[in-house]
Amino acid sequence: MAAVTPDQLHGHHAPRGVMRWLTTTNHKDIGTMYMIFSFIMFLSGGVLALTIRAELFKPGLQVVQPEFFNQLTTMHGLIMVFGAIMPAFVGFANWMIPLMIGASDMAFARMNNWSFWLLPPAAILLIGSFFAPGGATAAGWTLYAPLSVQMGMGMDLAIFAIHIMGVSSIMGAINIVVTVLNMRAPGMTMMKMPLFCWTWLITAYLLIAVMPVLAGAVTMILADRHFGTSFFNAAGGGDPVMYQHIFWFFGHPEVYIMILPAFGIVSQIIPTFSRKPLFGYASMVYATASIAILSFAVWAHHMFATGMPAAGQLFFMYATMLIAVPTGVKVFNWIATMWRGSLSFEPPMLWATGFIFVFTMGGFTGLICAIAPIDIQVQDTYYVVAHFHYVLVAGSLFALFAGAYYWLPKWTGHMPSEFLGKLHFWCSLVFFNITFFPMHFLGLAGMPRRIPDYALQFADFNALASVGAFGFGLSQLIFIVVVVKCIRGGERAAARSWESAEGLEWTVPSPAPYHTFEEAPVVR
Amino acid sequence: MNSPVDNGLASDNRRLLLRLALSALVMFGFGFLLVPFYEKICEATGINNVLRPEAEAGARFAADAPLNSQVDASRSILVQFDANLHDLPWRFQPVQRSVSVHPGQLVHVEYEVTNTRAEPITGQAVPSYGPQLAGQYFRKLDCFCFAQQTLAPGERRIMPVVFVVDPALPSDVNTITLSYTFFELKGRSAASSAGGRAS
Repeated sequence: MAAVTPDQLHGHHAPRGVMRWLTTTNHKDIGTMYMIFSFIMFLSGGVLALTIRAELFKPGLQVVQPEFFNQLTTMHGLIMVFGAIMPAFVGFANWMIPLMIGASDMAFARMNNWSFWLLPPAAILLIGSFFAPGGATAAGWTLYAPLSVQMGMGMDLAIFAIHIMGVSSIMGAINIVVTVLNMRAPGMTMMKMPLFCWTWLITAYLLIAVMPVLAGAVTMILADRHFGTSFFNAAGGGDPVMYQHIFWFFGHPEVYIMILPAFGIVSQIIPTFSRKPLFGYASMVYATASIAILSFAVWAHHMFATGMPAAGQLFFMYATMLIAVPTGVKVFNWIATMWRGSLSFEPPMLWATGFIFVFTMGGFTGLICAIAPIDIQVQDTYYVVAHFHYVLVAGSLFALFAGAYYWLPKWTGHMPSEFLGKLHFWCSLVFFNITFFPMHFLGLAGMPRRIPDYALQFADFNALASVGAFGFGLSQLIFIVVVVKCIRGGERAAARSWESAEGLEWTVPSPAPYHTFEEAPVVR
Repeated sequence: MNSPVDNGLASDNRRLLLRLALSALVMFGFGFLLVPFYEKICEATGINNVLRPEAEAGARFAADAPLNSQVDASRSILVQFDANLHDLPWRFQPVQRSVSVHPGQLVHVEYEVTNTRAEPITGQAVPSYGPQLAGQYFRKLDCFCFAQQTLAPGERRIMPVVFVVDPALPSDVNTITLSYTFFELKGRSAASSAGGRAS
């Protein structure tokens, strides 16, 4: 081709300053923005969590009033789920999937830009709702009717924020599916794809299937609030329990949306630092797919206490326990990969190993909660809080940190500080367990969640959990230091930054150039 | 992105994009579809009939409805109803002559009474049982005989009796007759009519 089209010059004549970031269609820029955004949201959600823990440090009301406490628990959940964990994984997908499958960019670069830039307005709506008359929504992150039908303006802002974030993640998911299915380099067959791409492909399908259902559910709440409908309003013939059914039809697959990419990241890291290929690659793919399919058939295990026929309780109980089988396959495969490997424990591997250990504990408490007669006892107690923080913090978040330490050399061109990375890991692991392990005992002893005050016998464990929470929160500041130091300088990273790291992303230089794989690589 | 190969890829991408966007749209509709869907499921299986508890009888999930374990379905007792008037210008009769009940079962029957005179009358019903022994096993939860009944001129009234036959009823009793006799409460009626005249 003789003519040089403006397209080919794009990278060199791109706008500078703010406009570069506003108008960028580069998957690496967008991935970076996703990750910075999600880290800011992680810190905001963390501040809310620490306010909650400050209030719960001792019995009685010291720091906040009960109405505001309810807003804190609600917004902590919404911000962490929709603002921190989900966008962080989309950021990883943006950065790494094109590099891993040998594509030059995501399939729809401009749509990619939109799906990111929808997020900051949504975050402003969500956090801004604290300043609305009546404050932010206090209905819990699940936004159960009838509370959500009765709240003030903050609820409407939260609904719009969820709409916008939903559109953003559906667009992101469509982009990922098309990229993975159509943009693979020649020779990169589906069963040769890195597991991170596989788990994200399946996650993207889950997102496309369930995010619209959540959008529908909150739209119905909006209609009940303002347009005189009675979807969930019992006074008008509606059914508040039906909201829970619709919400959890979204909500349970959402749980796997937040953990499957984490499984993918860990499945990349464990083989690298075990210096062995992943054990049972095909079974990992099938296990991921089975988890995704089963996730549509277990939603009512969140609702055992709402009154359900015994046949329904049994069905949802057994279906839920069935999910432990593919999850067990995964944990088995990770451990089998490490078995007799030449292990070394650089920060990414520490985080990944920590993930397996602590996530598995969360998985087991999940099995306990799945048993309907036990769930009747522990539902809405701190046992459940302990369970889902073990799978979401020690699961999703630890895997995100593992992935960040693993790919930071590729992103910045410098190796992250090993000492600070290890310090970050050990502080996080210890303080995490100090925070959340006592909550198991609190829950079994009957302490209810989402309540700003508690009976005196819970005081010691709550004080311990609060100390742990502040330690955990402050430990995360180490990560900022690591990333800033890593961007500024440090030991130069080679193209293959970790010994025996496999995959196309390690064939491009570190830091990855602005444009990669414009000539598709050939995979043997 | 100008080579023919790339154009083929771009159109492939667009086709997949449209398909996925369409499925997202379908799932949005599906969320709303869940509303009538759940209603139909609950209706068909009788899971959520808060408003129509009587529908539970035919429902498949009826086993989950609170069952009265006190009912002795192995026995049937014939309960006959009788109505008498003692010097009262009323018409008084049971709506049903008899019912067959299981001991322990909650039964609802009705009596009909009409005042044929052109002035209000107050009456009191007194029950009696045959055999007399059955009276102590006959538990009335609600009865028009618990209160005095004042009927306006020409008024017709349907009055309930809700009862349970105690499962401890001796096994040789197979038929119980419940008989009511209405007596006029003259003093009350005079007082009330006097009061009416005074005002």
